Amino acid sequence: MLNKSLKLNKDIFDRVKLKKIATRDGYGEGLIELGEKNRDVVVLTGDLAESTRCEEFEEKFPERFFEVGVAEQNMMSIAAGLALSGKIPFVSSFGVFCPGRCWDQLRISVAYSEANVKFVGAHAGITVGPDGASHQALEDIASVRCIPNITVVVPCDAIETKKAVIAAVNVKGPVYLRFGRPKTSVFTSDKTPFEIGRAQVYREGKDVVVIGCGPLLHEALLAANDLEKEGIDVSVINNHTIKPIDEKMLVDVAKRCGAVVTVEDHQIMGGMGSAVSEVLAVNFPVPIEMVGVSDKFGESGQPNELLKKYMMTKEDIIMAIKKVIKRK
Amino acid sequence: MDNFEELKKLANIIRQDIIKMLCEAGSGHSAGSLGMADVFTVLYFNILEKRPKDPWWEDRDRLILSNGHICPVLYAALAHAGYFPVEELKTLRKMGSRLQGHPKARELPGVENSSGPLGQGVSQAIGFALAAKLDKKKHQIYVISSDGEQDEGQTWEAVMFAGKHKLDNLTMIMDRNNIQIDGFTEDVMPLEPLKEKYEAFNWYVIDIDGNNIEEVIDACNKAKAIYEKPVLILAHTIPGMGVDFMEFDPEWHGKVPDNKERKKALKELRTLKGKIEFD
Ligand SMILES: Cc1ncc(C[n+]2csc(CCOP(=O)(O)OP(=O)(O)O)c2C)c(N)n1
Ligand SMILES: [Mg+2]
Repeated sequence: MLNKSLKLNKDIFDRVKLKKIATRDGYGEGLIELGEKNRDVVVLTGDLAESTRCEEFEEKFPERFFEVGVAEQNMMSIAAGLALSGKIPFVSSFGVFCPGRCWDQLRISVAYSEANVKFVGAHAGITVGPDGASHQALEDIASVRCIPNITVVVPCDAIETKKAVIAAVNVKGPVYLRFGRPKTSVFTSDKTPFEIGRAQVYREGKDVVVIGCGPLLHEALLAANDLEKEGIDVSVINNHTIKPIDEKMLVDVAKRCGAVVTVEDHQIMGGMGSAVSEVLAVNFPVPIEMVGVSDKFGESGQPNELLKKYMMTKEDIIMAIKKVIKRK
Repeated sequence: MDNFEELKKLANIIRQDIIKMLCEAGSGHSAGSLGMADVFTVLYFNILEKRPKDPWWEDRDRLILSNGHICPVLYAALAHAGYFPVEELKTLRKMGSRLQGHPKARELPGVENSSGPLGQGVSQAIGFALAAKLDKKKHQIYVISSDGEQDEGQTWEAVMFAGKHKLDNLTMIMDRNNIQIDGFTEDVMPLEPLKEKYEAFNWYVIDIDGNNIEEVIDACNKAKAIYEKPVLILAHTIPGMGVDFMEFDPEWHGKVPDNKERKKALKELRTLKGKIEFD
């Protein structure tokens, strides 16, 4: 049963009716709100102001916007210096370049220094589409979450993204925010609660739990809805915060359902699903199936074609659910 | 402290402390630390606006160390300047010490940034400089960098950015000692002409003998007076300065003296290579 208290969009199971907005648009909106409220917020970009949606911030607050050029390593360390001087920098680039190109800077200039830097990997996941493998960040969650002191958040739609951006400022220390390129369904609402570090039960079911993050969470919800007709009762968790992960919620739900499917637009190796299995393997082992990219590079194509080929559609989630239930 | 002779004496004491710390630790970087003792002495005893007992005072000048491996000289200068007890220097690189093998930001009073992986410090310093400009603060940002670090692409990203933004509150002091791990810099990766390169990136460059206290003071004061450009003080130093068998030798980049060498090094430093009586 859908969790009514979360005030999700009432058309949540209607792909056609739901508005489609890219998660990165929520970033742009969040930045403007923060810029107005907090004079310490500054934004940096590496020649990707428009794609990462910081152009409006640049127009409104030109003195707090820094165009660094195509130089992500420099950008990340500059952000550290700004943060160690009391500013709250948002570093904006694509996931393949940030953290992709500046991991060492992230590790030492930022994380080791506990510098209050927020950094954004936009255009993450295979759904980047036509630009191909070089631009599809599929390793970013793995490479960031293994660095101490960093909070990792993957919002599921544009509304949740805006909330995450604003909430990131209340976290003391580095926060990674991961966004997608294409327009995706907006299935939460302004009234849906959001708190970094607290996973949410979007749907309550007793047979199996699907734990997802990012826009693919919607596919998980659609899969659960379909399976109701077949008499399979599926829980769905929005696990937007991969670090610090909500251990208690994950263990509780694993106990209730006894089988887990994880869903993400990222390599299975080291991603959100891996984070979930690290928790469950130690605390309450249950059968797990993982939906994500299986140790492959992506390629050019339309997002939907790619999701199909790389097996991250609603149908793939349904198959994984049926498989994991058999293993119970 | 304005007396050159006093500053020279202090630099010599800092050099002795560097040798003692490194020997006690059993590992670390000798050559660069010794070579930069004069620069650090001038900075902490003549140039920097600071309050060692209130180390994070908001109007302090910032010193960012980019080539983190020469932190023994930073730690020794900080201790003598009163940031923490000189006694604590002997904990360098030991379990539980605030004097980490490479510096961690704010772990120790006066340590502004983390470094170790080369090439990040100039960018970090730019962040400090931009924040100072945004806040209309008058303090200066000094960044110590090395010649080996000029091999890193990030250094040049930063140099380009500082030129673009005319960061006149930023002064880089480069340890131009001509050595790095695998040998002489011009063999590993030719860097010259460094002065012309920085000038082409819109920096103001001052060439000095980095082991000459007076020249270091003059250059730092001149740097403060330069407007509309970041300043590079190209400090030509002698790696291993003050210890004969270490000077100019890349072998001593990351080695520490053994017991016999320790005695010899300390004696040379105490007597200024035999120029003054052993006390
Ligand atoms: C990114 C990075 N690569 C490699 C190293 C290993 N390393 C430590 S010191 C050093 C030599 C650098 O030359 P320089 O700073 O001029 O050395 P010094 O003059 O102090 O001997 C190297 C390569 C490092 N610290 N960081
Ligand atoms: Mg050198």
